[in-house]
Amino acid sequence: MMDLLGIPLPVLMGQLLIGLINGAFYAVLSLGLALIFGLLNIVNFAHGALYMVGAFVAFLLLDVLGIGYWWALLLSPVIVGLFGMVIERFLLRPIADLDHLYGLLLTFGLALLLEGLFRQVYGVAGETYAIPDSLQGGYNLGFMFLPTYRAWVLAASIVVCAATWYLIEMTRLGATMRAAVENADLVRAFGVNVPLLVTVTYGFGVALAAFAGVLAAPIYSVNPLMGSNIIIVVFAIVVIGGLGSIKGAIISGFLLGLFEGLTRVFYPEASNIIIFVVMAIVLIVRPAGLFGKAA
Amino acid sequence: MSDETRSTAGTASKGWLSDVRLWAAIGFVALLIAPQFLYPVMVAKILCFALFAAAFNLLLGFAGLLSFGHAAFFGFAAYVTGYALQTLRFSAELGILAGVAVAALLGLVMGLLAIRRQGIYFAMITLALSQMVYFVALQAPFTGGEDGLQGVPRRPLFGIFDLSTNMEVYYLVLAIFCIGIFIIYRTVNSPFGQVLKSIRENEDRAISLGYDADRYKLLAFVLSAALSGLAGSTKVMVFQLASLTDVQWQMSGEVVLMAVLGGIGTMLGPILGATIIVTLQNELAQVGSLSTIVQGAVFVVCVLLFRRGIVGEIGPRLRRWRNR
Repeated sequence: MMDLLGIPLPVLMGQLLIGLINGAFYAVLSLGLALIFGLLNIVNFAHGALYMVGAFVAFLLLDVLGIGYWWALLLSPVIVGLFGMVIERFLLRPIADLDHLYGLLLTFGLALLLEGLFRQVYGVAGETYAIPDSLQGGYNLGFMFLPTYRAWVLAASIVVCAATWYLIEMTRLGATMRAAVENADLVRAFGVNVPLLVTVTYGFGVALAAFAGVLAAPIYSVNPLMGSNIIIVVFAIVVIGGLGSIKGAIISGFLLGLFEGLTRVFYPEASNIIIFVVMAIVLIVRPAGLFGKAA
Repeated sequence: MSDETRSTAGTASKGWLSDVRLWAAIGFVALLIAPQFLYPVMVAKILCFALFAAAFNLLLGFAGLLSFGHAAFFGFAAYVTGYALQTLRFSAELGILAGVAVAALLGLVMGLLAIRRQGIYFAMITLALSQMVYFVALQAPFTGGEDGLQGVPRRPLFGIFDLSTNMEVYYLVLAIFCIGIFIIYRTVNSPFGQVLKSIRENEDRAISLGYDADRYKLLAFVLSAALSGLAGSTKVMVFQLASLTDVQWQMSGEVVLMAVLGGIGTMLGPILGATIIVTLQNELAQVGSLSTIVQGAVFVVCVLLFRRGIVGEIGPRLRRWRNR
């Protein structure tokens, strides 16, 4: 048996993999938060709830309509994204000119509303969502066992993060978005429909959350509380990374997931709070966040 | 939240209708006789949450700091008081004092970290730190984990005044509530309170005038935390129970809702908001998650339609009507 610092290697690698998977969800969620924050200047408290809704849409597609995983992976983000666009157009836009704390309060109310509704219908026990047949099984890598589904989650998240980064940093649409973040009025003067851009951005950010929700459905049970559990951790990660940069959101998501996994190996009692501890340390050492510009 | 939360406290105009002391006296008498008509435990619960909401409002309404982590102070103080009464066999006043002291200390640590960032970051940091307190409460050996601390004894006040009946506890709660509200009222209407308001309105300008904004904010945070702790400790005396519900993030959200619904930046608002929300919860408690759904809906409606809260919307209208 190979040992590393007294920990059997398969155990260590297993926990690191779990950490990396969690990190993937953190990264996709904080990426969406950062996108939304950039254009709307609000922290979307409903992000966790919409991640939960994404998982439930996948579950309902299968349960009611018999639509399987792969279509759900496409349809659920589209449905939740459209829902998000409705939220932005009719609830967030009327308060866009007010203090941004109102956006936080409103989305918090939405989160309560969504979570309460799903809890009322489905209870807190949660529903199971089976891993699709094509992703069953796993690989024996010699030093550890890698389940196919987990490898897929990791690959899919990395691809989505990279694609989003490419979209924002390398395309004309992304350039327009970044310009609107810098100075919305000027971009508007050039004839760009900024309000539409804002609505689409909110929809896209929320669709990312739903995508993460579908990916998470077979791993965790589909549970009304799954969103609020993860979103507070993601908030801490966002404080650590700073909401300013796309790259920062992705990197800090993966890194902190990994770090959380390591903590679970070496000091499991602290694994629940380690990210908050890191946040506190970052606030002391570098208050603006690792990737943030000084406010 | 500058324009929306302009204080209505302390802007008393002429006439007996707006005499704060008169209304305070009427309210006090009403609360004195309330347990003759209403279930004392229910009114005591409302008073605890009203104090909690007023303490929270001290921070949001008068210093402009939105904390999403006040459950940490409320709930952790409850645990400390419960432990002090149950295991350390403290008398009632020392048990409550211990809770308040720990809440203030916790407020100092959280405040020091949170005031390093502003606005939404402040809200997220307080939320994250309070979640950390939640996990500590879940895992620490003295909190009873999922069960919480149950059957906390109501030890006599100062070792002599018996607190065994609900009625006696009610009057203790009423006394604590009055003291707490008085402290908040005096703070808001003191030079310190004025500086807080100036920081809320324009922090840069307050700094340029020579005020150490961070120190004022920290002090307000600690005071708010201590008073929230007082509310939590008092709640243990009423229900003889300290549980995870009190430290959960939902509780932080509830107190925000109470203040926003009643009217942030007003003295009466949080008290009214707490009364409405606690009553609502009691009515809806039977129907699963209905209470959460209604709370979420109230939040959304509040932010969209009446941001100044009930007191904040009605107060100015009343004054205009009277001045005609």
